[in-house]
Parts: sequence; C-alpha cells; structure tokens
Amino acid sequence: MFKQWDDFKGEQWKDQINVKDFIQKNYTLYEGDDSFLVGKTDKTSKVWDKAYSLILEEIKKGIINVETNEISGIDNFSPGYIDKKNEVIVGLQTDAPLKRIVNPFGGFRMVEQSLEEYGYKLNKDIKEFFPKYRKTHNEGVFDAYTDATKVARSVGLLTGLPDAYGRGRIIGDYRRIALYGLDFLTQQKEKDLKELTGHATDDLIRHREEVSMQIIALGQIKSMALKYGVDLSKPAISAQDAVQAVYLGYLAGIKESNGAAMSLGRTTTFLDIYFEKDLQSGKITEDEAQEIIDQFVIKLRMARHLRTPEYNDLFGGDPTWVTESIGGISLNGKPMVTKTSFRFLHTLTNLGSAPEPNMTVLWSEKLPETFKKYCAKMSIETDALQYENDDIMRPIYGDDYGIACCVSAMEIGKRMQFFGARANLAKSLLLSLNGGVDELKGKLVIPGIEKIADEVLDYKTVRKMYSKVLEYVAQMYVDTMNTIHYMHDKYAYEAGQLSLHDTDLKYFMAFGVAGLSIAADSLSAIKFARVTPVRNSDGITVDFKTEGDFPKYGNDDDRVDDLAVELIKEFINALKKHPAYKGAEHTLSALTITSNVVYGKKTGTTPDGRKKGVPLAPGANPTQGNDENGALSSLNSVAKIPYRTYCQDGVSNTFSIVPAALGIDEATRINNLVFLLDGYFAQSAHHLNVNVLNREVLIDAMENPDKYPTLTIRVSGYAVHFNRLSKDQQLEVISRTFHKKI
Amino acid sequence: MVKGKIHSIESMGLVDGPGIRVVIFFQGCKLRCAYCHNPDTWQINGGIGMTPEEIVQKVVRFKPYFNRSSGGVTFSGGDPLMQPQFLLECLKLCKQNGIHTAIDTAGFGDGDYDEILKYTDLVLLDIKHTTSQGYVSLTGKDATDVNIFMQALRKSKSRVWVRHVVVPGLTDSKDHITKLAKIIKDEVPNLDKVELLPYHVLGVSKYEDLSIPYKLKDTEAMDKDKNNELQTLINKLFYK
Repeated sequence: MFKQWDDFKGEQWKDQINVKDFIQKNYTLYEGDDSFLVGKTDKTSKVWDKAYSLILEEIKKGIINVETNEISGIDNFSPGYIDKKNEVIVGLQTDAPLKRIVNPFGGFRMVEQSLEEYGYKLNKDIKEFFPKYRKTHNEGVFDAYTDATKVARSVGLLTGLPDAYGRGRIIGDYRRIALYGLDFLTQQKEKDLKELTGHATDDLIRHREEVSMQIIALGQIKSMALKYGVDLSKPAISAQDAVQAVYLGYLAGIKESNGAAMSLGRTTTFLDIYFEKDLQSGKITEDEAQEIIDQFVIKLRMARHLRTPEYNDLFGGDPTWVTESIGGISLNGKPMVTKTSFRFLHTLTNLGSAPEPNMTVLWSEKLPETFKKYCAKMSIETDALQYENDDIMRPIYGDDYGIACCVSAMEIGKRMQFFGARANLAKSLLLSLNGGVDELKGKLVIPGIEKIADEVLDYKTVRKMYSKVLEYVAQMYVDTMNTIHYMHDKYAYEAGQLSLHDTDLKYFMAFGVAGLSIAADSLSAIKFARVTPVRNSDGITVDFKTEGDFPKYGNDDDRVDDLAVELIKEFINALKKHPAYKGAEHTLSALTITSNVVYGKKTGTTPDGRKKGVPLAPGANPTQGNDENGALSSLNSVAKIPYRTYCQDGVSNTFSIVPAALGIDEATRINNLVFLLDGYFAQSAHHLNVNVLNREVLIDAMENPDKYPTLTIRVSGYAVHFNRLSKDQQLEVISRTFHKKI
Repeated sequence: MVKGKIHSIESMGLVDGPGIRVVIFFQGCKLRCAYCHNPDTWQINGGIGMTPEEIVQKVVRFKPYFNRSSGGVTFSGGDPLMQPQFLLECLKLCKQNGIHTAIDTAGFGDGDYDEILKYTDLVLLDIKHTTSQGYVSLTGKDATDVNIFMQALRKSKSRVWVRHVVVPGLTDSKDHITKLAKIIKDEVPNLDKVELLPYHVLGVSKYEDLSIPYKLKDTEAMDKDKNNELQTLINKLFYK
C-alpha cells in the first residue's frame, strides 16, 4: 500500500496491475460544455514560441539536427530542454529539441541513407564498429526471406513492410508508471520471470529473455528520468507528477524505438483523476491544469524519427502517430468524457492546429451532446481530429483499449500488434489476368497461374483466377510477416514499451489491403460492362477498352459494394488459413496512409479506367471522383465493409467537405457534423477522418507554402502539415472528392 | 408505372431544408431565372428515367441520418411541380416510409397542388421578386401563375420556408427586402423561416458548357456580410 493511493477508491487495482479498474472506480464524468476552458499561460507561451519557430524551420529544411555520436536507447542521451525555466513537463528524445536519433537496429543501410539525404555524418566509431559487430533486423529478415517474398516486394505486390524500420503499433501502458511507480512494476516483472518455468522450448526461452530485457528497461527508464530530476520509483501524487510520469514512459519508448506509429494510448480520463483531486483540494487552478496539458502536448508535438526518402514516399509528412484515444463509453454505459478530454482537444486552440498528437475521438451515440458538439467544432476549426466507432469496438475490446497508429484498436497493456503494411489488391487482379506475371516489370511473380487469353474478359473466369491469386498472396504474405516479426523480436525488441505490458500478452497480426476500390470497380466493369484487354507482344495486358456503364463503389450500390465486401472476406479468410507467429490472431485493415500514391505508381492500367501510375484511392475510400451521388452515398458504401471479424484492424475513410456545404452558419455546421457522425456510425461504420475546407485552399497552399506554414489536414488515419507532403502526395489529396453541393 | 425525369441525386444536402437531406433534382422548369445555377435542369426531356419506387429505395437508405437530424428528402430541380404525378407518387411513398418531405419550388408547375401538398411537410418557397415587372425581367415569365399555387398553399397544412436570392444591384436594397417582408406577411401561410440566399457564381461554367448566354456575367457574387445584414433586417421585421 502506498500513501499516494489514500485518496483513491477501489481495491482490485491495488493488489494487481489493473489501470482499467482504477479508472472506472475513480473518474469524474463531465457533461458540461467547453466554457470552462482557459487560454495558455505565459510559461506555455514562452515554451511554445520557441518550439514553434523550430518547427517552422524544420518544415522548410526537412530536418534540423541529428545526434550522430550516439545510437538509440532509453538512457543513452543527456537531458534536453526547450526553455528549461518555463517547462512544467520535461524530457526530450536527445539533448536538444527536434534533434533526431540514429536507430541502427532496424537496418544500418537505412541509417546511412537517411544521414546522406540530409547531409549528416555518423560518428566514425559507430560507423565502423556497429555493422562490424551487430547484426540488424533488416539483415535477419533478408537472410530468411524466400524468393517469393523478394519478388513480391520488388514489384510492389507487398509494399511498406516493416523490414527496415521499427514496426511500431505497440502502445506501452504509460499510465502504469504514474499509478504504480517503477519499483512496483519491476517487482511484478521479477515475480513473473520466476514463474516462467517448464520445458525450455523456443517459446519459453524467448519469453524469459524478453522479460529479463523488460526488467533492464524499467531500470533504464528510472535512470533516464533521474537525469531530469524526476524520481519515478514511487506512484505519482499530483497531476503534474502523473503527466510527467506518463510522458517519460512514452519518451523512453521513442528513445529506444523508431516504429512507424508510436502511439500514446488512452490517457486523458486516467489523468483527469489526478487533475480532479488537485483541483478539488485547491492545489492547482484551471490555468495550471491547462498549462500542464498544453506543455505535455508541446512535448508530444516534438517527437521525431530519422527516416529514409523511400519511407517518406510511403508515409508522407513525417508522421509519428502519437495517437491519443479520447472519449468512448465504459462497459456499464457511463461516458468516459472528462474535463481533461476537453483540455487535451483545447490544445488545438491554445497552440494552434497540428498533426500530432493524433487526436482520435472514440465516438458513441451515448457521448454527451456537449462533447459531441465540441469535437465537431474543433474539427471544423482545425481539421485535426479523426473519429472511430466506440460502439463497435467496445464489445470486442472492452473499455480500456486505445488506437495505435490510425485505426488499430488494442487493449492497452494487454495486447500488441504485429504490423504488416499491405498487399496490393489491384495488382493482384492484374496478376490474375496475366498468368502471374507482373504487368510492368514482366517478372513472374506467381507460378502456376494460367494466362487468360479471352478476347473479352469473362467475369466468372477472371474471378476464379483472382481467388487463386489471392490464396497464393495470402500464404506468401503470412510467411513474410512471420519472418519479419521473428527477426524484429530478435534484433530490435522494444523492451521499454513491452515492460509496460502484461507478461502474458495477446497478439494481433495486422495485414492490410490497398486498392480496394480499384479492385471492386474493375470487377464491376468486367461484370457489368464489356472489357477488352489490350495486350502487348508478350501477351501482357497493358490497357483495357471498356464499353458500357458499370456501377462504381461509393454510390451506395450493392451490385458493386458487395464485390468489395466479398473481397475483404475472402482475403482475411485466406490469411487465417496460415498460422501466425506467436499464435497471433489475424486481422485486416483497409488503410493506406499515403502509400496509395506509391502503390499507384507501381500498378499498371486497371479495367475500371484508372491509368498506369495513377494513385489508388486511400484506405477504404471510393476512387477519387467516382462517388457521384454525394457524401451520404459515399459513406454508406464504405459503411458496408464489415469491421468485426473481417476488417477488424480498421476501415479507414477520409472525408472532405467544403464549409459552405456543411451548413449556412457555424452553429448549423456543428450540428450537421454531429448528425453526420451519428448517422455514419449508427450503421456500424468504423472510422472517419473529417476535413472541412475548400480545395482552393490546398491549391493555393501548394503554390504559396509560406502563406500556410502549418496548414494541417487529415489524409488517411493521420493528419499532416500539408507542406510536408511530396508534390505527388499533395496532388493526390487535391484530386480527392470534396463534397460541396450547395 | 409513371417514370420521372431525374437530373441527379445529391445524397447529402445540408442547406435545403432542416437537418441532413437527400436532394432529388428533377428535370424541367418554366422559369429562366437570370441567376439560375442549374440551367442543365431546365429541359423536361433531359436526365434519366426513374420510378418513384427506385427513388424511395435510395432515399430510405439514409434514414439513420434523417432521424437524428430531423432531416428527410427534398425534391428540387428544375421545379418538382413540373412532374406532378411522379412527384405525388414519390411523396406518398416517402410518407409511407416515415420520411419528412420537402419541395423546393417557385410555385410554377403543372397543377394537382392540393393533392401534392397533402404529402408535403415543408415547402421551400422561392419568391423571386417583389414587383411584377421585376419578376418578368428576372425569370422571363409573368408571376400570375404562382397565385394558383399560393391559393393551394394557403389551404394546406404544409409548413413554409421562404427563400429569396439576393443579387447585387437587383434585389439587395433595404427597401426591396422590407417590401419582401410585407408580401410574405400578406401572402404566405404557416411561415417558419425566411432565408436570404446570397447570389453565387458557382453555376456560371454550366452556361458555357451548354452554350447559353449568361445574363449576369457582369455581376459579382453577393457579399456574405451584406447578406447577413439584410437577413438580420428581415428577421427583425418578423420577430420584433
């Protein structure tokens, strides 16, 4: 028993690690409006001004600094500050803001490419000795990859695999440090390790080694925090302590690992318990409460990783996915909205709009109307929020899950995900028309597929061949993922983040698809119109002549929407036939980030009329401009993609509407957006990114970036500074459907 | 089976009546308003043929959005009154399915108004001008036919929103708006709202596509702030 716990209710969470129980026993629901919120303090202004000018400089230059004399690790860097005397929450990845970490464990070549790109030189000892004595994840993977995987990678059938960078999508339960202190957490892990006995099989040996590494990591977190003068050994007592503890836990994660998505979890309702306690006892004022949250968010906005140019093509805009899940409903029906939920969103007002942290509202019909309206208002003002359906996730994951990255739900501290990028469904279709030969490179990708020689494509023949191709892709994809995650565990294990998880962990293996709309529309064209392939001298289809009309995904037309649904079901069922590493459960997402642009470049002309090289639609979106009947038809089509069991790693939909089309005045716009979200999610839809802006703004921003230094928009499960996207990515975003009927 | 001529369906209209609405654009209009932003709906013979069942089948898919927002369907155009039989069937089917119905009209149609209004919850009544001379010069038609619809409207229980497009130099004076208010008070029953819509130029490119001369090509879009001032003025005249 700790004296820090005296003011808190409940017993279960005191005997064993159970943050969820602590939250449920202690949080205070807030059903009021946003009128209690306050502006930023002087201290915050001072810290933010410095941070903001660095961010502006960075947007112009790409990156502004790299620590080249050290490599990644929880406790490898000296403390750093933005404006020490005004910081109420401390901690940076390195000894200076926005100075990036070199992380060679994923792959040494990638580090060298990144440094070369930005003109930095690695410390010569590291350059000489690291590769000489230490094998990396990337080397491990390529030692074990089959030819089948290598060719699938090279033609872009599988793209974006985490075989050269950190896998991410692991959410440490950073709240545990605040609630229990590191000493207690270390004791628990030591106890767990003692109990891990039995036959020394591969599994047990690995598990024991992992827990031992976690114990070491907990010690490193403690040591790193002490360098900032923060003692994390015991539970937090004040709100400031609690936020500081959560943040340093998160910071340990991003010092050690460079995962694509390094998400925060679901912290606001937890933290609010400390804020309420301090506010009730008069220990802090609302200004101070907001100050702590503002400064926490400033720190989260400073998280960075060193990336290669190739990586930036896939995941544009330098995202870090510091995803924070806000809201939702508890299992007993009480909304989990607190004042700190508002305070967190309010940072977008106090500090201005920004892509990170990736604010994700867990939407439920039962959320208080005041909170719904506040979220809608912030969306309209900032374009920085995304929405995910708590009413369909809660029955699966309970009420203490969080979103990793864009749309990947997992119980916090109890489950991690093996992230696996995505397979190209559009290319798979072309492979089934071309006897398994890649349409652009002419390489044989899939053996044993007969070439279709029909003059006019017959739907049944094509569909049958497509199934055969998908079966092959599924097996090869699972094999590839198993290899990646085996090697990732071996060479780049995230001990810090995993020390803040239960020892007995559950796993998802998250597969993905790209090109869903292209595949569905192409099948629809073959089925309902007359599609004649145009073949080159090698018999490879390079173009199509499509005569007649055909239904297109995005218009609430079952004839084609059902084809998309059928594809998703078929592919996840095919994946599930092959066992996954560590007994993981297979899940699937329709989410592309900005990789839809790269996928498009690597995909030939498709039967739906899309030309070679043109971007695929993002995520589960209808193809740009094909949703001709307005927003609700478009939303209804996407809502048909089944989440539970089939596309349970997320169905991402990005939605843009011009302000004037959303309503005639601000109050009407807010109400309409709330109605829209309620209506969409009532149909068991999963995810919606909302942008309220005019296309002309983006065109102007592309031409005059200085006029819009930090223009933030949501692209696909995350938000970016528009100026950080590549030209191709900007053009693709501009080409998307803007709902604008007025 | 009566088939309608449909220009297009916009599944999310947020500015044509209350809440979230599906807007069905009909072909056909007798008027040739100078500022019309849908000249492609003027001809009654264009568009695609659809049955009332086909229309309503699509509309009911959006009930999850209607229920929460008090939205529904808005039949617009063109002027939906130009296809009375078809419109009537659509309205009846919508009411059978519990959907709130609105028609967006200038009152210039082809009769059967009593029956149509029985199934119409809301009329978005577009009053074009306050003088008969102004009416003719703006729309190319005499306003007297509108009275037939107005008589039917006064007998009906349909609620009414009056809408009026404010065009710089044409219909943007305070006098004009004051006169409009008086006409509305004298003539329009069951009034819930008056909306002044600022003239915009988003439809101009359609004229080029259709090779129709655009009468207001020298007129700029209505200033939004000035429009708001006039809206405040007319609100005062009604709710003081």
